Amino acid sequence: MPTSPRSDSSTVVITGLGATTPVGGDVASTWDALLSGRSGVRSLTEEWASELPVNFAARVAVDPLDVLDRVEARKLDRTQQLALIAAREAWQDAGSPDVDPERLAVSIATGIGGALTLLGQWDVLREDGPRRVSPHTIPMLMPNGSAAIVGLEFSARAGVHTPVSACASGAEAVAQGLVMIREGRADLVVVGGTEACIHPLPLAAFAAMRALSRRNDDPPAASRPWDTQRDGFVFGEGAAVLTLETAEHAKARGAKIYGEVAGAGITADGHHIAQPDPEGRGATRAMRAALADAGASADEVVHINAHGTSTPQGDVAEALAIRAALGEDAAAQVAVTSTKSMTGHLLGAAGAVESMASVMALYERLMPPTINLENLDPEVQLDIVAGQPRKLSEDRFPGAVALNNSFGFGGHNVALAFRSYP
Amino acid sequence: MADQQEILSGLAEIVNEVAGVPVDNVQLDKAFTDDLDIDSLSMVEVVVAAEEKFGVKIPDDDVKDLRTVGDAVSYIQQAGS
Repeated sequence: MPTSPRSDSSTVVITGLGATTPVGGDVASTWDALLSGRSGVRSLTEEWASELPVNFAARVAVDPLDVLDRVEARKLDRTQQLALIAAREAWQDAGSPDVDPERLAVSIATGIGGALTLLGQWDVLREDGPRRVSPHTIPMLMPNGSAAIVGLEFSARAGVHTPVSACASGAEAVAQGLVMIREGRADLVVVGGTEACIHPLPLAAFAAMRALSRRNDDPPAASRPWDTQRDGFVFGEGAAVLTLETAEHAKARGAKIYGEVAGAGITADGHHIAQPDPEGRGATRAMRAALADAGASADEVVHINAHGTSTPQGDVAEALAIRAALGEDAAAQVAVTSTKSMTGHLLGAAGAVESMASVMALYERLMPPTINLENLDPEVQLDIVAGQPRKLSEDRFPGAVALNNSFGFGGHNVALAFRSYP
Repeated sequence: MADQQEILSGLAEIVNEVAGVPVDNVQLDKAFTDDLDIDSLSMVEVVVAAEEKFGVKIPDDDVKDLRTVGDAVSYIQQAGS
């Protein structure tokens, strides 16, 4: 099936990238760490951590309090701090675009929102009484708080949104941005995801679901997608932001173009609140929908940045879904990776961070590896980029497509299709 | 009880902590909103911190009358006497 060429006015492109993750404080350092196969997973040194069944996580490499002004930071939940840092980097990377505020929109997702503020102020209430509860509590804990802060930062007035679909949230924000540009609701959309809730309660709760790895004696080896010894995901924090606009708009202002957001597919499993459909049928439909939306055929897909969280069931279900969605022949030609092996699982930020990684892979023609993959699960019949980065074959360009999968508790599936540009 | 200068410098520390306004800018004739750019939420923080620091009660109904730093200093002085 030939790719139908789109005009510049209907092609949505990425012109700015920003990130702060467990492996780097910006896009350049994150990308470098991903290619180097560096893990951002560490033991938690706090006293409370020793009492938990899981006492490691993937904290951001650069503390937001070392980046932001003190007074600015004290009114922001950590999710908002990380989102703002990533958004400022993306905005600057996009050339600080001169956009009419009424044509500028924002979609910044989160899976959980301002949980650290909620839990921290609950402690204040119990220990010091209601008078001491901060008046900034609600704007800090509300899930739309990060989108709102980013919207205020750039005076975005075409709409400010917060998709919430657990670990698919960040990808859903990218999809929403794509739709907003296509529908002409905005000339530029700032999209992304943020998460920051490393605290005993969420850790204990995810551990109670038996969702987290318990490899307490070797945290950097804990996130090991598709390995036979995988035992759950690693809890992480961070944010990533992208700027989207039409190719026509980007060219008119002389912006650098990283790649195209070519399509999005959003489905739901309708199966279970927390278990993946064992056959990955919802994921299959999402990938097919993303390719159809992109006007791309399965054999144009060169790379998949998988959801690949390192859970026993989820990794197999996704592998089955990839083969079903692309067909066995095309699936055999696709190099699959999970950058979560290094960053851990950033929940509502994961889809945004991995969109950034997918776009960079096409732009640099280089795919980051999956680390900790020592023995490939025999049920996973895919070509995994293991251990070392791999060059994308030049003969697949131009028009190479990368998919990014994100799946969330609740049965949410989002697949995004990126295409190299031009 | 603290004198006017002590209350002013104590209040200036609070305003600096809450809103980042340089201590020297917090003068008696400065209005919290118009001159120091303190919004209603941060003003709540300033009031609660001042109550603790100076051991006084500042009911919400009275807060709206505290337009300038001088208003607040006088209020705290009287409430503490």
